[in-house]
Parts: sequence; C-alpha cells; structure tokens
Amino acid sequence: MKWMKQLFSRRRMYGELSDEIRAHLEEKIEELVEGGMSRKEAEAAARREFGNVTLMEEDGRDVWRWLSIENLFADVRYGLRMLGRNPVFTIVGLLTIAIGIGANAAVFSVVNSVLLKPLNYPKAEELVSLHQTAPGAAGLADFENGLLLSPSMYFTYAEQNRTFQSLGVWVTDTANVTGLAEPEQVRLAAVSDGVLQALDVAPAVGRWLSQMDQVPRGPERVMLSYGYWQRQFGGDRTLIGRNLTIDSRPREIVGVMPQGFRFVDTDFEIVVPLAFDRGKLILAGFGFHGIARLKPDATIAEANADITRMLPIWMDSWTNGPGTNPHIYETWKITPMIRPLKQEVIGNVSELLWVVMGTIGLVMLIACANVTNLLLVRVESRQQELAVRAALGAGWGRIVRGLLVESVMLGLLGGALGVGLAYAGVRFLLVVGPANLPRISEISIDARTLGFTLLLSVLSGLLFGLIPALKYAGPRTSLALRSAGRTTSVSRERHRARNLLVIGQVAMALVLLVSAGLMIRTFEALRTVDPGFTDAPHLQVMRISIPGSLVADPQQVTRTQNEILDKLAAIPGVTSTGFVSEMPMEGYDSDWDEIFAEDKVYSEDVIAPLRLYKYISPGFLQTAGTRLVAGREFTWSEVYGTRSVVMVSENFAREMWGSPSAAIGKRLREFSKMPWHEVIGVIQDVREKGVQEKAPEIVYWPPIMENLFGPGPAQAVRTVTFVIRSERAGTESFLNEVRQTVWSVNSNLPLASVRTMQEVYDKSVARTSFTLVMLGTASAMALALGIIGIYGVISYTVSQRKREIGIRLALGAQSGDVVQMVLRQGATMALVGVAIGIVAAFGLTQLIRSLLFGVTAHDPLTFGLVAVLLMLVALLACYVPARRAMKVDPMVALRYE
Amino acid sequence: MRKKETQRDLFPGALEMMILRTLKRQPLHGYALVQHIKRMSDDLLQIEEGSLYPALQRLLKGELVKAEWGVSSTNRRVRIYKLTAAGTKHLEREVSSFEQMLKGISRVLAPGEL
Repeated sequence: MKWMKQLFSRRRMYGELSDEIRAHLEEKIEELVEGGMSRKEAEAAARREFGNVTLMEEDGRDVWRWLSIENLFADVRYGLRMLGRNPVFTIVGLLTIAIGIGANAAVFSVVNSVLLKPLNYPKAEELVSLHQTAPGAAGLADFENGLLLSPSMYFTYAEQNRTFQSLGVWVTDTANVTGLAEPEQVRLAAVSDGVLQALDVAPAVGRWLSQMDQVPRGPERVMLSYGYWQRQFGGDRTLIGRNLTIDSRPREIVGVMPQGFRFVDTDFEIVVPLAFDRGKLILAGFGFHGIARLKPDATIAEANADITRMLPIWMDSWTNGPGTNPHIYETWKITPMIRPLKQEVIGNVSELLWVVMGTIGLVMLIACANVTNLLLVRVESRQQELAVRAALGAGWGRIVRGLLVESVMLGLLGGALGVGLAYAGVRFLLVVGPANLPRISEISIDARTLGFTLLLSVLSGLLFGLIPALKYAGPRTSLALRSAGRTTSVSRERHRARNLLVIGQVAMALVLLVSAGLMIRTFEALRTVDPGFTDAPHLQVMRISIPGSLVADPQQVTRTQNEILDKLAAIPGVTSTGFVSEMPMEGYDSDWDEIFAEDKVYSEDVIAPLRLYKYISPGFLQTAGTRLVAGREFTWSEVYGTRSVVMVSENFAREMWGSPSAAIGKRLREFSKMPWHEVIGVIQDVREKGVQEKAPEIVYWPPIMENLFGPGPAQAVRTVTFVIRSERAGTESFLNEVRQTVWSVNSNLPLASVRTMQEVYDKSVARTSFTLVMLGTASAMALALGIIGIYGVISYTVSQRKREIGIRLALGAQSGDVVQMVLRQGATMALVGVAIGIVAAFGLTQLIRSLLFGVTAHDPLTFGLVAVLLMLVALLACYVPARRAMKVDPMVALRYE
Repeated sequence: MRKKETQRDLFPGALEMMILRTLKRQPLHGYALVQHIKRMSDDLLQIEEGSLYPALQRLLKGELVKAEWGVSSTNRRVRIYKLTAAGTKHLEREVSSFEQMLKGISRVLAPGEL
C-alpha cells in the first residue's frame, strides 16, 4: 500500500519541495552576490537560470499524483455539484432509480435466499432426496411427492447401497403433548436412523437419535427443536434424561437440535425415532420421505443406477403376505429420480420467482428509459457548457467520462436509497408472499444482495448515461456555440433517441400489463370453480386427535367425537357441525389404496387403481356445503352399528358405472377380507388438492369400520378435522367457547390448525395471488413510468417547438390543428409501442403459462383490453401538453427570439 | 507535457542518468548537484536549473535515490540526495544501453562508407 502512504504524506512532500527550491534560489543568489552582483540583479539572474519556479514545482508534484484517479475525483465533485444545481431533476431521477433498484434488490434477495444460497447443512450439495416415480401406480404417485418409500424399501436401500454415506426415511405427523401447562398439539418429525446422520447438524444439547433408539418396544426417546426447548423449558440444559408425555406416553428427552435447524423445509417441535418392527414389515406402505447423503465421489446418475439395482433385491427380500406376488410391483415401473435436496425444498417455486424477477427487471429497464430521457433533455440544455469545455481543450473522452461519472453517481445515490427501500420491500414480499414459500425464514438482505445492488446501480448508471453522453459529447462545438441562446425547432433526428425510448417503454409496459391481466383472469377463473364447500369465511375448522393411549376403545373414540359435535352445535350462532378425516386443501398427506368393485373383474397380476379415501361423519356434508348428488348420507346408527355402507365421489361413480344414480346399491371393498360395502350416496367432486388441480376420485368410509386386519375390535378414525358452520367463525370469543366446549368433553384434547376455510382456501391459492400482486404492482409501476415518459417527451417537444407553433398559429392554423398535431405525434409513438409490445407479449406470456388457469397465454380479450387501455392513457398523457401548445400566444412566442 | 519543450535538447532520461552518475560519486544536495553537472559538462548542455527538481522527484518515487535533510557547507537546511542500491543498478543498465545507442548512432553517422 505504498501508494496510499504516498497519497497521505503528499502535502508534506509538496512543502518540502517548495522549501528545497527556495533554498536553492537563496544559495544561488548568495553566490552571485558574492561574485559582485547587486542583490536585485542576482535575484533576477537566479530566477532566469532556474526557469519557471511554479511550473517546476507543479511538475515535481505531478510525479506523485495518480492522475486518472484524481481526475475522476474531480469529475465526481463536478458531477455532484451539477446534480445539486438542478434539484428537481435530481430528485425525480433519484426517486425513479431508487424505486427501481429497491424493488429489484428486494426481489433479488428473495431469489438469492430461496434459490441461490445453498441449504443450511454442512456440504449441502451432497444431500439428495430419494425421489422415485411409478407411472404404473396411478393416484398414489400422482402428486408432487412421487412414490414415497416403504419401510422395507428403507431397510433394503440402507443396507445394500454402494453410493450413499448415510440414508434414512422420515415423515411428519402431529402428536399431543400433555403434562405441561396446557395440552398442546405439536408438529413431529419421525426419523429413521440415517436421517440426522445424513443432515449432519450436531445437536445443541445431548445427542442424536440413532440406531439404538429404533428398537421396537424399546425405551421411547425424543429430541426437541431449539424453539420448543426455549419456549417450554426456558433453555434448561439439565432436561436431558427427563421425560416428556407424548400421546399420553412418557418419552425420555435425549437431545435438542440447534437453532434454525429444519427437516428439509419443515418446522417441527419434537423428533421421535421410527421404530419399525422388522419382522412385521411388508413390501407396501409407501409413506416415507427418503433422504440421503451421497458419497463424496458419487454422482446422482450412479445413485439412480444403484437404486435400480436394489429394486429387484427389495422385491425378493420382502412380501405382502402369503399368496401375493412380490413382483407385482414391476407393473408400477418404479424408477428412481434422485434429486438434489435443494431442488426438493425449492419445489416449483423457482419458476414463479424468476418470473417475478424478470418482471421487476423490466420495470427497471423502463425506469432507466425514463432517466435516460431526463438526462437527454438536460444534456441538451447543457450543450453550451459542453461546447465551452470542448473549446477550452477538454478532450471528447474526458467529456464523455464526465457525463458518465455524473450518471453513475446518480445510479449509485439512487442505489443507496434503493437499499433502504429494499428492506421495506422484503418485508412487503414476506407479507404478500405465499406463506408456504420455501426457506421463507432464511430470506434476508445479505452481502450478495448488496453486491447485486451495487452492480445494478453502476450498470444502470452507465446504461442511462451512455446514450446522452455519446450523443452530445460529439464534436459539434461550433454549431452549439453559434446557436446558443436561440431556440430553433430542433431536427427530427434529435428526437429520435427519445422517441425510441418512449416506444420501448410503452412496449414493456404492455407486456407487464398483459401478464397482470392474464393473472387477473386466472384469479377470476379460480373463483368460479366450485371447490366442494360453500361460504368459506363462515366455516370454522380445527384438527383434534384422540390417541389410543388416551381413549383405547374405538367406539368410545367416535362417541367422544360425536359428543364434541353435539356440544359444539349447541354454541349460540352455530347452525351445524360435522367432521372429516381432512378438509380439501388442508394439505395433509392423504390415504390411498386399491378399491375393488363387486361387479368388476380384476387381474391377479395387476394392482387395481389406487383411490383416495376419506372418512366423514353424519352431518358433515350439510355443514361444509358439499352437495349430495344422489342417494343419502350416513346415519349415526349405521356408524355405531359398523354397517357396511360407503359413499363415493361423482367422478368415481361416473368412471365405474356411468352415472351417479347407477352407483347406488353397488358394492365396494378395499381388500379381500373386508366385507362388501354398499354405496348409499354420491357426493359432488371436491378440489381436494387445490382449485387448480383436477378433483380426484374419492371413496368416503364411515368413521368406524370393522377391523380390516382380521378378528378384533372395530377401528375408528382418530385424527379428524372438525367443521363448524357459524356466522361467528374466526372471532376470538367464538374460538374461546369452542375450546371450552371441547375441553368440557375431554380436557386432554388439544386443538390444532384452528382456521376458517377461507384461510385454508387463501393459502391454497397463495401462489396465484402472490403472482397477481407482484405482476399488478410491477405493471402499475410500469404504467406510471410509461405515462411520465410519454408526457415528458411530448411536453418537452412542445416547449421546443413553441416558436414553430407560434408561427403556425400566426399564419392561421386553428388551435384544433395544433392539438391534433401534438396528439398525432404521441399516438404514433404509443401505437408503435403497443404493436411491438403485443408481439413481445405473445412470446413472453408463454413463460407464465404454468401459472395460468382457465385462460390461455394468448387470451385475445386481455390483449385487446390492455392495448386499448394503454392507447387511451397515452393519449391522455399527450393531451395535457397538447392543450398547452394550443394556448401558445404567437406574439409571446415570437417576441423572445 | 509542458516540460518537454524546455528539455528538447536532452532526450528523456538523460538528466536522470547524469544525476545518478553524479550521486554515485558522492551524496549532494540539489544546488550542488546542478552546479556539478553544469561544470562537468563545460556548460555545453542547456539545463534549466529548476528542471532538476521534477527529475529528482521522479527518482525519489522510483526509489533510485533517497533524500535526507541535512546542512550544507553554506549552513543551509537542504535535502541531501544519495544513490540507493536500486539506483546503482539502474545507472549501470542505463549507461550501458546508452553506450550501445551512442555506438549505433555514431556508426551510422561516421563518414567513410557513404
């Protein structure tokens, strides 16, 4: 850093140089005086011999200077002074840039945190999700999870693989914790050995769960999340070894995971080991997420090949019971599709985020175009100054550099303001963003975001500075000097850059407006879809689970649920109640199984189509507003009598028997030992997985069923969603009464996921509404900037043509003609912009096709409306300056010349 | 830039070379240095005394000489310049390349073959 030392000791060095020169002169003079010269003569002679003192000092100093940097500083100082001299221009420009950069930085911080940053695990790139597809297992493997792993698969994969360091399976669930202040339902992650080892995050306290905790019927253990540990135990480190009552059974606490640790993208309160009973495992049971850490030198392709190799081993090693063919799964065509864990976490959100980023990028371009226009106007008015500088010997490059430095300064200042806006913007995004956005807790403005902002500031500064700089710094000095002070009508060519910019702005605004329009149409289309329930805001839902350790007898479970229903119905303002194993769109893992119809023939070697099945209570349909298409619903006496009745969805009835009414009286069962159940009712199709997803075929069982696994007591569904229809849904007083009512039946029952159906619905369409809000905001900004752009250019043109207009008026032009002339100019630009925009939008809307629903990417109505709207707005923006043009007083306009 | 006009009779680097050569003999301050060079050249070279100082600054910056404040024979506070090791090496290189150049130029200029 020698140059830096020099930079700072320079002042001293300059002083020394002056001293030295002075001493030199004195010595010389003295010598000459001694030689007989008069003092005066000696002084003159000494100076003559020495040469120009000032020049020598300057040259001496120049040696130490870092010229280019210092000139740059001079340019910066000059630039700042010029910006300060014209505050209106500076403020308008700065705000435009700050908003543009702020919005971009905010969105980029989300893109960066969600998509770009590695996951929060050591060597996260080695982590993979054991995804597999099974095209032959319709239904079961339909949705985004593919075919999950079965416990037997886990054992085969964990023990036989050659490509993984560690491998495990996990699943989420809920559990009731009692014995602390209030009964509470907590989120639970159940993990096999290998999961924590693969993720490789050391516990904050205690130890991991491991193989020794996986022993069936062994001592039961549990780990806590950091948050739960802090909340329930105040971070007490001595709690290791103590017991926690989970689902009415004590479990020993062995460790606490550190802060910020999550399972893939799932928050949890407790972790329990999966204790599979090896001797009882069968091939089936595809309900577990597989996770693994690759060996350092293994690739995903090798891992896929490894799994493919192990699939036959799995089928040979296990069975589904005597008389079944284990190789029946060959018809499923199970194929490993291992993917990086990060991809699993991000899911399908990356496309959405890139669309938003692109949108905001377009807004930035429009903002840059506006600032460029401002700069063009300003440079034009500074032509004289530039000409004078050029005449005084400033090189072309130096002037261009000066102008660029000025615009980059503007960019940087705007960027600095933009960072402030970005902090607010990120908060805004977190509010409007889908609550199920992955990694949402990791979103922050980090060094990379700040770097991006800096880069963006400099680049945009160069971008909007370059056009004016190149256009006006050129060697046209004499012309500028000569015409100084006279406002002639400027040539067409001078306006071309500005006009092109406005056309570009209109085109980009059109693309954004069309996209936003398509999203609005999508949202409208979604609203017209019948989701399978009505009046969602007045539908209160909550989950209650009755574990076997609390109430053992299945009949008693249902009676407890029934009692809760009756008591809830007695709350003032409640019109009806019911329960269901899960409401549509709640997002719980659903149950699938083969369903056989009595009147159909099934092949032994093929697995019958898998169907989603649910359990519903009497009264549920009326409460939720789900229509009964044919037949009737269950009665309580049928439920308690475990009568063999069943209901099906309309699409199931149509697929199997052609019409809903034809389904009544037909009989179904899940597998051979189960008695045939008679279809007594057909229910409307329900958008189980979200409004955008096709309604699946569903079989509805009554809440108590004969034991499906042989002799023994009947089985009841223990975890259900209670549904209450009430005008008071969602209010605090109502929820209090609901809680007290439930606890009056059994005080050990926690209430979980207490929401209205509207909230469930909103969450399910969050992706669409987020896109809508983002595109809406972006296109509103684009429209506003576009209007400002057109308005600015037209009114500037009018002010430049004042004299010409004055002459026209003096020569007898009607004011209407003048208005028309100005409007024509604006309309031409808008029309060209709209035309270009339509072509561009035609291509670009393809990118958001997957976000659309019920509308094509080329929806003519949206395109047409947006084009007309944009034209009207553009004409309106021109009309104001046009009116001003009309009022030009020829006398005044000409007098100034 | 501007100084080039005043030094037209010297090629770039010539003054520096003479300074280094002089300092090789003994450390000197600015005034003594220029007097020495003038005397040695029998006033054949037109050297503005002042032009010594920018040259000295360049040498200082290149760390070919170093300067210390001292007292001159006439009892003035002056900066005394001294050759550094790098300066010695630089001088040797410059002198030999200058001699090469001189030899080349002289051969071309020498009468005889023309």
